[in-house]
Amino acid sequence: MIRDSLLEAEKIESRIRELRAEGKNENDQELLLLSIEKAKALRPCTSLTPEDKVYLARKIERPHIDDFIENLFTDFFEQKGDHLYDDDPAMYGGIARFHGIPVTVLGHRKGHTAETSAKYNFGMAKPEGYRKALRLMKQAEKFDRPIITFVDTPGAFPGIDAEEHGQGEAIAKNLAAMSRLRVPVISVVTGEGSSGGALGICVANKILMLEYAIYSVLSPEGFASILWKDSSRHGEACAIMKLTADDLLDAGVADEIIQEPLGGAQENPKRLYGSLDMSLEKNLSHLMQMTPEQILIDRKEKFRKIGAVSA
Amino acid sequence: MEKEVSKFKSVFERITGKVSPEYITCKACSRRALKDVWERNLSICPTCGKYRPMTAHSRLRAIFDEGTMKEFNQDMITTDKIDFPGYEAKVKQLEKKTGINESAVTAEGRINGIHVVAVVLDTRFFMGSMSSVVGEKVTRAVEFADIHRLPLIIFSASGGARMQEGIYSLMQMAKTSAAVEEFSEHGGLYISYLTHPTTGGVTASFATLGDITLAEPGALIGFAGPRVIEQTIGQKLPKGFQRSEYLLKHGFIDKIVPREQMKQTLYDVLKLHVDSRFTRRMDAI
Repeated sequence: MIRDSLLEAEKIESRIRELRAEGKNENDQELLLLSIEKAKALRPCTSLTPEDKVYLARKIERPHIDDFIENLFTDFFEQKGDHLYDDDPAMYGGIARFHGIPVTVLGHRKGHTAETSAKYNFGMAKPEGYRKALRLMKQAEKFDRPIITFVDTPGAFPGIDAEEHGQGEAIAKNLAAMSRLRVPVISVVTGEGSSGGALGICVANKILMLEYAIYSVLSPEGFASILWKDSSRHGEACAIMKLTADDLLDAGVADEIIQEPLGGAQENPKRLYGSLDMSLEKNLSHLMQMTPEQILIDRKEKFRKIGAVSA
Repeated sequence: MEKEVSKFKSVFERITGKVSPEYITCKACSRRALKDVWERNLSICPTCGKYRPMTAHSRLRAIFDEGTMKEFNQDMITTDKIDFPGYEAKVKQLEKKTGINESAVTAEGRINGIHVVAVVLDTRFFMGSMSSVVGEKVTRAVEFADIHRLPLIIFSASGGARMQEGIYSLMQMAKTSAAVEEFSEHGGLYISYLTHPTTGGVTASFATLGDITLAEPGALIGFAGPRVIEQTIGQKLPKGFQRSEYLLKHGFIDKIVPREQMKQTLYDVLKLHVDSRFTRRMDAI
């Protein structure tokens, strides 16, 4: 596990910050040595196992939708509620500008602290969240706005009220409606994309994955629990599930991988925002040249082909 | 296998020299009845009335007029997409045991003369879970119904996604939902028939997208499995939670239909649509 290397690097980084606060500049000998030490500490991060990537994908310091909206978009106007029953804090979204163009942006919300994480239900949306997303997407289509979604969830929330309010139906309606949207949809899998809860906002023309993000049929714990009745065997599950960005690119699900800084996005978020911005801009301008009909067919064909069967 | 059978030859066989008739014991009342009796009684226990899961083919035989059924895509082969240890062997083993090669059986046929497309999931094969082949067969059946303007009936019964096919399984949810939605946009009628159990990825895709949603009595229907919910919330679930009757109460099902009324109910609903002036363009009759 790379946990220890990251902790070590974090310690060195905080010492670097202290020295900078004391007014030391880049030429300072100690600072120079410390930055070499940090690079050394991060060296194991050059070759990561799937389990390491799951660890990184879930790291609480990792940039979440709030950070992406703040750094890549302007004029964000939050829209709340499904306008049917409730507002789900695990699903966040609204209208914003991307490079000046009005777009609808939405996604699973996660916190950076224990308190905010709990407030956003760890990114596990309820039917109200999926219906909020659907409301926003239908509106985007009405006003001809492209849609950008950020996917980061351990799965849709498994609870009594979620079931009573039709968790399955809410996700199914999103899959059906998203498949027929006549505006461009780009999804970015930023952290953990697990199960129908992820797919429910990820039926996109283009799917981008951050380098250490994961996307899978179920969380590794759920997978181990179903197959071996033992969720503690999630490490084994990570190894066989084929859930890394590279695996998803091979499967034809992901279209592009956004490289992350060594040790994960949290090590240098600004750099990540830069490369994500470039990729989003490129993909969006490509899709915006297509007619509504072409956009619809492009998305339909993408999903029609995945896991094709002969005969 | 054959050797074992001969070793345990029944008294009936030893005396008469004939193969002994097959019996099935009811899990609820422990009474046994001839397999043929179960089949003729729609897999309802003749003694206590408890339902056994119907196999896909016996379900199709029960709804279609005799001699009208034509099965689709019987030769579609399930492959090991993510190099999952032991998957292919398990597929072979189930093929041998059940006589079907996937959990979805798709076909066209007639219900009291009305031409329809039907899909049935069979829980004997990987708990009716959604594999690439299941997704493909369902999608092709929907596309067939769309092209030929036929009503579509899907009998769902599934544990959800096929874990052994990883992300490919998940993507079948998007593929099948897209097909159903396009079919619906074209004015197609889709009757979703939920049977025990309908959960996970099937619930979160085509099973809950019907124009008319019917369910068998007492069927477990939900997204998350009861065990997962109990673990998450740390408490016991209320009695009857996620059963057909509970979903009916919460507004997700049009009608609970006892199995004896299955064919008649389907016919009644079909007839109302075939006779509608808005669906006159359906070529079902």
